[in-house]
Amino acid sequence: MSNRFLSRIGLLYLGMILFFLYAPILVMAVMSFNASEFYQLPFSYSTEWYERLQRNDEILTAAWRSVWIAIITTIIATTLGTSAAIALFRYEFTGKRVLQVLLFPPIAIPWLITGTAMLIFFFGVGIGRGTPAVIIGHVALALPYVIVVVTARLSTFDRSLEEAARSLGASAWQVTRGVTLPWILPGVIAGGLFAFAVSFDQFVVSYFLAEPGDSTLPVLIYTAIRKGFTPEINAVSTIIIAISMGIMLLAARFSNFGGER
Amino acid sequence: MAEIRVENLIKTYGEARALDNVTLAFADGGFFGLLGPSGSGKTTLLRAIAGFVIPDSGRVFIGDSSVENTPVEKREIGMVFQNYALFPNMTVAENVGFGLAVRKISGQERTQRVRDALELVQLGPYSDRKPHQLSGGQRQRVAMARAIVTKPRVLLLDEPLSALDKALRIDMQIELKRIQREIGITTIFVTHDQEEALTLSDQIGILKDGRLIRHGAPRDVYSDPRDEFTARFLGEANILSGTPEEKGLRLRDGALISKVKTGSIAVRPENMRITPAKPKSPNCLRAEMRQRIFAGALGTCVLDWQGDVIKVVARDSDFYGVPDTGPVWLSWSDDSTIEIADG
Repeated sequence: MSNRFLSRIGLLYLGMILFFLYAPILVMAVMSFNASEFYQLPFSYSTEWYERLQRNDEILTAAWRSVWIAIITTIIATTLGTSAAIALFRYEFTGKRVLQVLLFPPIAIPWLITGTAMLIFFFGVGIGRGTPAVIIGHVALALPYVIVVVTARLSTFDRSLEEAARSLGASAWQVTRGVTLPWILPGVIAGGLFAFAVSFDQFVVSYFLAEPGDSTLPVLIYTAIRKGFTPEINAVSTIIIAISMGIMLLAARFSNFGGER
Repeated sequence: MAEIRVENLIKTYGEARALDNVTLAFADGGFFGLLGPSGSGKTTLLRAIAGFVIPDSGRVFIGDSSVENTPVEKREIGMVFQNYALFPNMTVAENVGFGLAVRKISGQERTQRVRDALELVQLGPYSDRKPHQLSGGQRQRVAMARAIVTKPRVLLLDEPLSALDKALRIDMQIELKRIQREIGITTIFVTHDQEEALTLSDQIGILKDGRLIRHGAPRDVYSDPRDEFTARFLGEANILSGTPEEKGLRLRDGALISKVKTGSIAVRPENMRITPAKPKSPNCLRAEMRQRIFAGALGTCVLDWQGDVIKVVARDSDFYGVPDTGPVWLSWSDDSTIEIADG
């Protein structure tokens, strides 16, 4: 078999992956601009669903809540995660390896189970349901991502730079601010964007922890679909997809996610 | 400036002793070279003085104050790292000014001191460059300027020239010595390059397996190394062994080296002569020529004596008349005999 043939098969394979990943999203995006409520063809362009969205207070409130919960989650998770990554990089202490290993399973545990566990736990300790619980849950989910991304960036950091700064009289905080942070900044930004995406796209944990009155956008969409499907959902979903993809593209730009460029 | 002293320093990593009871004083304003093969503990000693290594026991003095409980950033040291460790996000001037900035020295004074330091290392025009825009030698100078601008009490250099190519390294050795003399700072530097240590230092210390086995002025240590390790490590040495007798050392081939009390002696390659005929000197051996290496100004002859390799170094013209192979005579004068303690 010639190399050419193999590379054609490879291209076909890649094409199919991209097709099955993006085709449904594309259909949804296209239909959000279709005037027909029942996906009727031929396609006739309309921005009606987007206009209706603007008048839908319920969706707008949920969207706004999703955004600020994501922002708070991002700030907390990025700060905690970056500090943790620096501490893991800088210090040797007993139990460090165990701690590092324990960071990963939450990424793999199904969110449904994490959500249930959090709900039971939060009721047990008296936090209960509500926006604070949602934020704590989101931070817990986002934290490992931040730590992993920042740690990856730190692995390219030359330790002797910190030693040089200390030898010049810099305190731990001056070392971090003047030398370490500037170097890992792209990783911190990428980690923050991950945290934002994890929170903004979060359904399961939000569904379990939010009070019925103040749902986030994904929870609201789910409830709306159960009542009956409208193309408004297509419209709002298209917006979410655009935001999420934008964030991930930015994150990929700042970290070397998906390989060296 | 200050005298530096370490007393009974011990540092172990698991089973290995990186520092094994090291006691040493570094004279105020002196240039001290710590020399040893890799794993000898020389870098650990330097890092213990800097404060990056916390010894298991023992004391470290900078000036009169003991600093075992002082963190690195409070020890008032200047350090140059093997890879220079310049901050990549800062310009040359910002790198040099960093130590002043963390001391809250700003404005006119900082600008002036940074300028003076860059002047001293002859890098004035480069202050706005980033480290990646500099050559190896220039980075080395920036690292020096950054280390001395805070007027530290001691300057610590960790293999500062090992990343440079040979020609540049010799230039930088002269440069380093000039800067050190100009500011008169107590300087301790670590190297595995014995030539570098001999060139730069006014005192050297030789470490092996975490122990300080010899220290003193380079010339004294070179001419009287006392033990085989030092003799071989500092320069090259031909070691000749035998059995000590009443009248001297009876070498393995039966030759007698009179007035020697030890079981072996060392003779530097540059102090041996090769002659086709038996010389008058009482210190002479029969050896077999193996190879003659021409290397420009100096040449090296490799010989075989009782199964041991003997090297002789001299101006190539001095080897005139020496056959390329076959038996020859080796000889040296009495004062070239170095007695080597056993063990």
